[in-house]
Amino acid sequence: MPQYEVWTNDSLRLGYVERFIGSLKQCQELGISPVCASTQGLELELPYHQKIVGNLDTGVIHGGAITTLMDTASGASVLCCLPELELCPTLDLRVDYMRPAEPGKSVYARATCYRVTNTIIFTRCEAFQRDPDISVAQCVATFMRIGRQASPDWFWKQIEGADDESKRGRDE
Amino acid sequence: MSQKGGVMNNLQSLVQKAHQSGDYNQLLETIPYAQTLGVRCERFGNEVVFVLPKRDQNLGNPILPAIHGGVIGGFMEIAAAFHLAIFLEIDDLPRIVDFSLDYLRAGFHQETYAECRLTRQGNRVANVSVSAWQKKKQEPIALARAHFLLPIKER
Repeated sequence: MPQYEVWTNDSLRLGYVERFIGSLKQCQELGISPVCASTQGLELELPYHQKIVGNLDTGVIHGGAITTLMDTASGASVLCCLPELELCPTLDLRVDYMRPAEPGKSVYARATCYRVTNTIIFTRCEAFQRDPDISVAQCVATFMRIGRQASPDWFWKQIEGADDESKRGRDE
Repeated sequence: MSQKGGVMNNLQSLVQKAHQSGDYNQLLETIPYAQTLGVRCERFGNEVVFVLPKRDQNLGNPILPAIHGGVIGGFMEIAAAFHLAIFLEIDDLPRIVDFSLDYLRAGFHQETYAECRLTRQGNRVANVSVSAWQKKKQEPIALARAHFLLPIKER
């Protein structure tokens, strides 16, 4: 994997990602939130919580919660990489669990789209804790492009933050 | 994962208790993440079907609405691990190595089911296939396969 690179945060894209993640109930349930978004991709945080523990003896979180984190990061990364907002359903996902996540600490997932075609998007995602060079899990996924018109206008208004004061100011 | 020196940890003793009573829901209840999703299991003779109830907090896509893809994945991972624990009668839950998931249809806001098949069992690693469906078993919403590390059998 390439070395961890510090991204310049893109506030417009971060806004899209924040509102997109905010519309997913399971992400609210697990407390998943964006850390950074750029034209290259995005980074999300999954805070440690008792409710995602998979083994009470060790306190290690369940792989399924990491799958949700990585699926969300990969799916939302298309909002950062495409010129126009599109929602792309997941075709498939493969996760390799490299090591158990250390209890008590957040897990971060950084996802990038490494190939975009007219029909398919290929993404890569890495999950880590404090040290980005020590990965907890890695994931590759493919998404299908169904176009912006496949999702209703109210949804895009919500993601674009059409109700925001800032946006209203810009439109004037 | 097993503790040395014959001392059992809580999870191992719960797994053994479940083998004796045949009630694996009690074991599911001790796993916080399985409780967060609401996973249950039903046994019909030699068949075990896992159930993911209809729950608002499991939703992803708000448009359809549809179950979050990660929840479907997490549900299938739990199902696969339990399937191994039940049918191999191992005294601990196996550890997942990798997981590959194909999404075939949208998972609507409904009860979802999963069934597993042990494709290959070696000494250390097992390969499991999982199928998840909603209305019709013949029309799965997702298919998965996973590798698990098996706990070392104490002799």
